[in-house]
Amino acid sequence: MYNERVIKEFSNPQNVGEMKDANAVGTVGNATCGDIMKIFMKINENDVIEDVSFQTFGCAAAIATSSVATTMIKGKTVDEALKITNKQVIDELGGLPPQKLHCSVLAEEAIKEAINNYLKEYKNKKN
Amino acid sequence: MKRVYLDYSATTPLEPKVLEAMTPYFTEMFGNANSMHSFGQEGAYAVDESRRKIAELLNVKPTEIYFTSGGTEADNWALKGGASAYKGKGKHIITSKIEHAAILSSCAQLEQEGYRVTYLPVDKGGIVHPEYLEQAIDDETSIVSIMLANNEIGSIQPIKELAAIAHRRGAIFHTDAVQAMGSIPVDIADLGVDMMSFSGHKFYGPKGIGVLYIKGGIKPDKLIAGGHQERTRRGGTTNVPAVVGISKALELALNHLDENYRHVKAVRDHFVSEVERRIPHVIYNGDREKRLPQNANFAFEFIEGESLLLRLDLSGIACSSGSACSSGSLEPSHVLLATGLPVERAHGSIRFSFGKNTTMEDVDYVLDCLCKTVNDLRNLSPLYAEFTHNGGKL
Repeated sequence: MYNERVIKEFSNPQNVGEMKDANAVGTVGNATCGDIMKIFMKINENDVIEDVSFQTFGCAAAIATSSVATTMIKGKTVDEALKITNKQVIDELGGLPPQKLHCSVLAEEAIKEAINNYLKEYKNKKN
Repeated sequence: MKRVYLDYSATTPLEPKVLEAMTPYFTEMFGNANSMHSFGQEGAYAVDESRRKIAELLNVKPTEIYFTSGGTEADNWALKGGASAYKGKGKHIITSKIEHAAILSSCAQLEQEGYRVTYLPVDKGGIVHPEYLEQAIDDETSIVSIMLANNEIGSIQPIKELAAIAHRRGAIFHTDAVQAMGSIPVDIADLGVDMMSFSGHKFYGPKGIGVLYIKGGIKPDKLIAGGHQERTRRGGTTNVPAVVGISKALELALNHLDENYRHVKAVRDHFVSEVERRIPHVIYNGDREKRLPQNANFAFEFIEGESLLLRLDLSGIACSSGSACSSGSLEPSHVLLATGLPVERAHGSIRFSFGKNTTMEDVDYVLDCLCKTVNDLRNLSPLYAEFTHNGGKL
């Protein structure tokens, strides 16, 4: 039911794990729905995402979209990352089964959540 | 790559001796069993012999055996046909919360048609207690349908007691024995049921063939109208090769029931004890004692079932999350939820089902892969990270 790219990303995900010195962290989803994604970012003074990692509880689609989304925002600015849509994540993976499309929303939401937390906390402190 | 099939409750491979028995009925003896000429009569004879053999094996009459397209059709027929035929007594049906979709979806249809359906609860091991039925049954109850053993957690129900309660209140009793037949001893007369469904492909027979046992005197309305097949109660050209196949498969399964039971239980028990010894934070779903020998079902905490299933598949291991029929949906298993398992643990549950071809070496290979895979997925899980940060407290 999944294409080869999804299976590859799922079986060997990129940017996995916790980041101790992250300055942007976002968690979305809940265990009852069956998926949770936590994303960690290190954003530098020029608002560029220098490093990114994730932890995901969920199905193969949730893990694959988490992985590919992190690769898509690494090195991007905060503004660029905020523009990433779940559609782009799905396209990057070459498509998802219809009943799994909602999993890709998780990654988009996690990115936005982390960046919003960063903008609230760190930016405010700097000013 | 080594491949290990641990999904025998979904389906089993066809036994070579069964294929051998079936083969001539596809090619040489292809006649329509309803035709009067010799080609047809060869088929008719094979069907009669198969029916007689099944009846003998189950200690019932040949006229009580009806061939269907499978377990699902048998369940639909028993329930819808029974409800309609006996609605004069009342339009109340009782079943359980852990039935197969064939029963639950039939009940949902009957509810649309104005029937009242009570879904009995189960205990945390997945057992329907007779007192639950005592409390739910009333004078309008016409049919009670409780499965003999559950497909997801293998829990074996007290059918004899349940059937006796139904009969005391004048209701007929059906049991879905799809998972139990060929796995544990099934004595129809002793259980006292009026109808029983089973399916060929669960005991190394062909797919697309099932049986509804209907006790003499019980007359459910027909589900499939057509010709004069099955004593005019189920139309459709008889699937002669499949009928020959289910009969041969049942003969082999019941003649080797003891040895297969012992073997399957030994590999299952080894698997269960090793999982519990080697993997922390697992919950063994279902009843430990009243359980089919082929079934093991675990909730692995902090991870999700589908990702575990697919990672194992990449290692050549086949198992199942939820029931195979519902794996396209995102709903957690209705069976596990009925046992009181929280939703997040139901999401992380996997069924392993063993068969006569499963070896101890297979099980040891699966155990090694499973330990590694569970560990890898936990290292990816924010829930597990949170758990370890809290010093191992939930």
